[in-house]
Amino acid sequence: MAVTRAEVCVAACADLFAGDGEILASPMGFIPGLGAKLARLTSEPDLVLSDGEAYLLTADGRLEGWMPYRKVFDVVAHGTRHVVMGANQLDRFGNQNISAIGDHRKPTRQLLGFRGAPGNTVNNKTSYWIPRHSKRVLVDAVDVVSGVGYDKPAGPFHHIHRVVTNLAVFDFGTPDRRMRLVSVHPGVDVQEVYDQTGFDLPRDGEPAITREPTEQELDLIRTVLDPDGNRDREVRG
Amino acid sequence: MRDKRMTPADVVAELSDGMTIGIGGWGSRRKPMALVRAILDSPVRNLTIVSYGGPDVGLLAAAGKIRKLVFGFVSLDTVAYDPYFQKVRQQGDLDVTELDEGMFQCGLLAAGHRLPFLPIRAGLGSDVMRTNPELRTVRSPYDGEELVAMPALHLDVALVHMNRADKHGNAQYLGPDPYFDDLFCLAAKRRYVSCEKIVDTFEGPVQTLLLNRMMVDGVVETPNGAHFTSCAPDYPRDERFQRLYAEANWDSFADRFLTGGEPGYQEAVRAWR
Repeated sequence: MAVTRAEVCVAACADLFAGDGEILASPMGFIPGLGAKLARLTSEPDLVLSDGEAYLLTADGRLEGWMPYRKVFDVVAHGTRHVVMGANQLDRFGNQNISAIGDHRKPTRQLLGFRGAPGNTVNNKTSYWIPRHSKRVLVDAVDVVSGVGYDKPAGPFHHIHRVVTNLAVFDFGTPDRRMRLVSVHPGVDVQEVYDQTGFDLPRDGEPAITREPTEQELDLIRTVLDPDGNRDREVRG
Repeated sequence: MRDKRMTPADVVAELSDGMTIGIGGWGSRRKPMALVRAILDSPVRNLTIVSYGGPDVGLLAAAGKIRKLVFGFVSLDTVAYDPYFQKVRQQGDLDVTELDEGMFQCGLLAAGHRLPFLPIRAGLGSDVMRTNPELRTVRSPYDGEELVAMPALHLDVALVHMNRADKHGNAQYLGPDPYFDDLFCLAAKRRYVSCEKIVDTFEGPVQTLLLNRMMVDGVVETPNGAHFTSCAPDYPRDERFQRLYAEANWDSFADRFLTGGEPGYQEAVRAWR
């Protein structure tokens, strides 16, 4: 069976946690959740994962700890965490919006709210997952800064690691910490990535191709982590 | 020891227009919904609501009870956005203090500790500072780091829902998460706890006794009183009913479920089911 785009995205999300060691992985979204579990089953066995509510669970589903919301805030402040958040808008410096579209006093569309994005981004490692890469999401400027980008004063612990979309992987490894293309997923035309991004990306030769999952990873994704194929609902193709 | 038992109507009779009311629980989890419904039945208005928002905020917003909302998010968990809150916000009809959710906890803690503020890193660099221009920063006298001075979130009243309580105000949560109900009570002048069941003797680990009677002024027995939010382990969220709420036309929802007081509500839910 051919490797699907969703499976490439799961492996790219797993790679977000490379080298993280014994910290809390907080993936928001189904595919980042699979990615974190995949990382724990392969290269990052010490990752700590919750059930999305108050329990910490081992890879085989046994209870290993208690993490109610009040303790999550302790972990955020302590910094032993890597969160993968979604974004309604994200700009070239990694400013993220999940609060509101339009004027904050009278939004054209009220979204979730700041939630933990301000605290996450100034305290612990942060990545983003964009399941539908488009100019509506990757914008020139966000309407409300929920997650803090590299052009803001953000204190000593600010670290935006990467952005994974359904088309490509990005980081902020330029001298002025603008977003740059790391790799495009297999089968994606680079021009499509440029066309679907609402700001200029630095062009520096041909970008790499995102790796495909290994046989072992594919087997884990298909038979252990997501046998019902729910990943294809978040990313098609 | 004092007997603090009350009815939801008794609690609401102690509220007045313009009060600042903190509501416990989290999103669509263990919300004091019977007490919220009692507010809907009352003439009380112009409230400042302080909440990790769920359908408590949606209901009060839809009924026009909120003048100002202090929040970090409003979500129904399995339904991303509360449509009534969304509508009121998009009409520009609400003053808001929108915070990072850790700042929110910090503000409750400051109020509970009778401190004017507590320092926190969350908020720096974000539009929390732009949209709340009254927020100030403070510089560490030790190393000069600049931090947000999160002001105390003082509450006139706290409303929380627990699994068990005794008639004196000791109260217990039996689910996996206490949320912030103890902090809401410590931050408030008057504290009202609804519960699934009033008991004489508590069972379970002592660590589940979140509230002691020094933190509580009134106890209300409201079985199924968190409906349609979850109240583990007594019951899960009523997902079907929550969807009905989220998709309904407000007037028809209110006519069908919110006109007969709490017994009428519970009866209408049983009939719907």
